[in-house]
Amino acid sequence: MPTFQQFRMPDAGEGLTEADIVTWLVAPGDTVEVNQPIVEIETAKSLVELPCPFDGVVKELLAREGDTVEVGEPILEVDVDPDGEAPAESSAPSGADAAAEATDAPVQAAPASAPVADAGPLSDAGGDSDAGGESGAVLVGYGVKAGSAERRPRREEAIEPVGGEQDLDEYPVLAKPPVRKLARDLGVDLTTVTPSGPGGLVTREDVEQHVKAYSAQTLATYPSDDQPWLETGTPQGDGRTTRVPVKSVRKRTAEAMVQSAFTAPHVTEFHTVDVTETMNLVAKLKQDKDFADVRVTPLLIVAKALLLAVRRHPEVNASWDDATQEIVYKHYVNLGIAASTPRGLVVPNIKDAHRLPLHALAVELQHLTAEARAGTVSPAQMSDGTITITNVGALGIDTGTPILNPGEAAILAFGAVRQMPWVHEGEIQPRWVTQLALSFDHRLVDGELGARVLYDVGRVMNDPAQGLVWA
Amino acid sequence: MDATGPLSSDGLVQLLDHQGNAVGDDVYSPYAAHLTPDDLRAFWRDMTVLRSWDLEATSLQRQGELGLWVQSLGQEAAQIGSGHALREPDFVFPSYREHGVAMTRDVDLVEILRIFRGLQHGAWNPQDHGFHLYSLVIGTHALHATGYAMAMDRDGLVASGHPERDGATVCYFGDGATSQGDVSEAMVFASVHQAPVVFFVQNNQFAISEPATRQSRVPIADRGKGFGIPSVRVDGNDVIACHAVTQWALQHARSGNGPVLIEAFTYRMGAHTTSDDPTRYRSKAQETYWAERDPIARLDAHLTQRGELSDEFRALVTAEAKALGQRTRESVRGWERPATTTMFDHVYALPHATVDADRAWFERYERSFADVEAAG
Repeated sequence: MPTFQQFRMPDAGEGLTEADIVTWLVAPGDTVEVNQPIVEIETAKSLVELPCPFDGVVKELLAREGDTVEVGEPILEVDVDPDGEAPAESSAPSGADAAAEATDAPVQAAPASAPVADAGPLSDAGGDSDAGGESGAVLVGYGVKAGSAERRPRREEAIEPVGGEQDLDEYPVLAKPPVRKLARDLGVDLTTVTPSGPGGLVTREDVEQHVKAYSAQTLATYPSDDQPWLETGTPQGDGRTTRVPVKSVRKRTAEAMVQSAFTAPHVTEFHTVDVTETMNLVAKLKQDKDFADVRVTPLLIVAKALLLAVRRHPEVNASWDDATQEIVYKHYVNLGIAASTPRGLVVPNIKDAHRLPLHALAVELQHLTAEARAGTVSPAQMSDGTITITNVGALGIDTGTPILNPGEAAILAFGAVRQMPWVHEGEIQPRWVTQLALSFDHRLVDGELGARVLYDVGRVMNDPAQGLVWA
Repeated sequence: MDATGPLSSDGLVQLLDHQGNAVGDDVYSPYAAHLTPDDLRAFWRDMTVLRSWDLEATSLQRQGELGLWVQSLGQEAAQIGSGHALREPDFVFPSYREHGVAMTRDVDLVEILRIFRGLQHGAWNPQDHGFHLYSLVIGTHALHATGYAMAMDRDGLVASGHPERDGATVCYFGDGATSQGDVSEAMVFASVHQAPVVFFVQNNQFAISEPATRQSRVPIADRGKGFGIPSVRVDGNDVIACHAVTQWALQHARSGNGPVLIEAFTYRMGAHTTSDDPTRYRSKAQETYWAERDPIARLDAHLTQRGELSDEFRALVTAEAKALGQRTRESVRGWERPATTTMFDHVYALPHATVDADRAWFERYERSFADVEAAG
């Protein structure tokens, strides 16, 4: 009586899950011997010839050319005892049962034509060390197909974890390292991903699915909100943050501020000044027909006052050359004006501002402000500044501690001008008052110099006539 | 073939040309002078049986019996020739392809397959064979071999005044490993300590798919110069030359003269492993060129020319190879899956509380499955 044995699709690589039948090299009725090539298969890695594990006669080909066959599926049935008289349970290659226990193939399909399900390659792998009974051997890049394994049934009672401290079910999320990296790169919290893999494993697809689901979502809004706070940026997975790549002006500002703040030791001094006379002057100039073509603002007077102070204390109009260990004194003033623009903060400067009469200075200031607003400031206009004013008062702010424009030694913050109770000629009167703050690079400007510059600006602001004396 | 850089034939020691004709070499011929026809027939027998067994193991992998197989196909001469130069006091640190060397150290080839069936990390006691377990991580064992050699030196097992008692270590690795930091570090230590270690590089021309030309601009042996390690290039498909060169190197090392670097220039005729497909990265012409330089065919031609390979002997060896194949097949199919808890057995040499706790937990976990008998 014949004895049939089946040859199951082996894993010809490491961790392959399937292969295609390319060419059968034998046909039913052929006599085959051990290690004779029987079929050519193509795996994800290569074209491979499979050798026959049995001596015998081919009974049946169980897969057709072109079929994709899962590892462990039978592909060939061989009668290993065609002339035998023994009953069906006789086994051919010794140890076949043990092999079936230990690996995928070959297994005895006794009795002949019995269903093969009982010899499933993975489900009956009794001693599998893997908790879920999944196939263990997986090489980088080749995952075991999800659902290709059955879970071993568990008894009711739970087992105590080592040390009794953690529960298996409370273990952190299960995911393979490449999937963890993907999640990290995409900013996905793995605990929020619904796992679909065996044993609660989070797969690559799960993470991608999660990202897709959450990326499509707009920012979370609350019932009372009509609109999200900010429309810019990419909403993140939780719907509560957006991210915007740092580039362009933002990036340059950040670099300049970091460079300045962490190389130049900053000192800031403050000065509160009665600027009522400046406000009177501004009012008068607004009526002056010579100034009819320009907008006159208190900033113009501050600019002039700073230019006058620089003339009296030119050491403040300088920069520190760290490479050569030299102080560079500038014999000109390129007066920078910090300007908030749609593209971000820019600091264009008025070239040779020290040579400009008040009207010309007003014209330049107006041009510069207009260009900054239009976003047409050229790089040349922003380079080679020597000292800067930041007009924080325009936003209603009293003062601040400005950070130096890199390469300069001082920056003046001009605060809001407001009416305040002020002691004037021995009486409390409502006066126009402002605060001035001067930050300077203490490597080359000492506190006394800074104080003198600031005080002189204040003096001109307090009494513009002083300008006549110093002009 | 490319005749430049690491693939040049500069300085290759050869005692048999590829047609099997004897070639004289002033320096190395004396180191092969002791070989009798019986010795050469033994080499032929080992190489033939090894190749047959290697093909059997490849078939077993293709039949699903092994997870992976690493063929030694084409490198038989380098392994058998050098392996037979070893003596009992020597100690070998192999990588994972040195089946031929294992054979010369009386390791049962069949037992090697336990590793490749995923049953054990190593299936022999290294001390019984002077043959360490396979190192799967590339190049790490060069440090082990060097350290072991330094210890042999300190234990007085080198240049002891009794040459028969002197020993050395031999570290086998491939061309790819020479690019590893560990190998360079090992050579630094070996050189400055004049350790009795022979670094035996089988330059089979590929680190998986990466050709030797991408590992080095010069012959691999030239790397020895930078470390102050004498080196020699040998035709790795010439079993007699491989034997002679290794004889010389071992005598050099055992006598307290320090390390030696041997580059055996050979060709991996098969794939890197059964998971690899070499047709994707090398040409048929190259394979044909090297098939004409087959190490077994060369010795076969040499012995046949001299009438020293009788049909009876061939038949004997063929039968032996077949029997080994049969024993291999039956053994592998019969191996039982070891108890999963054996993975805890060799973590530490002595009992260890943490490992014991892990094992106890794991045993309880295993018992929690319904398909395990309650008695278990």
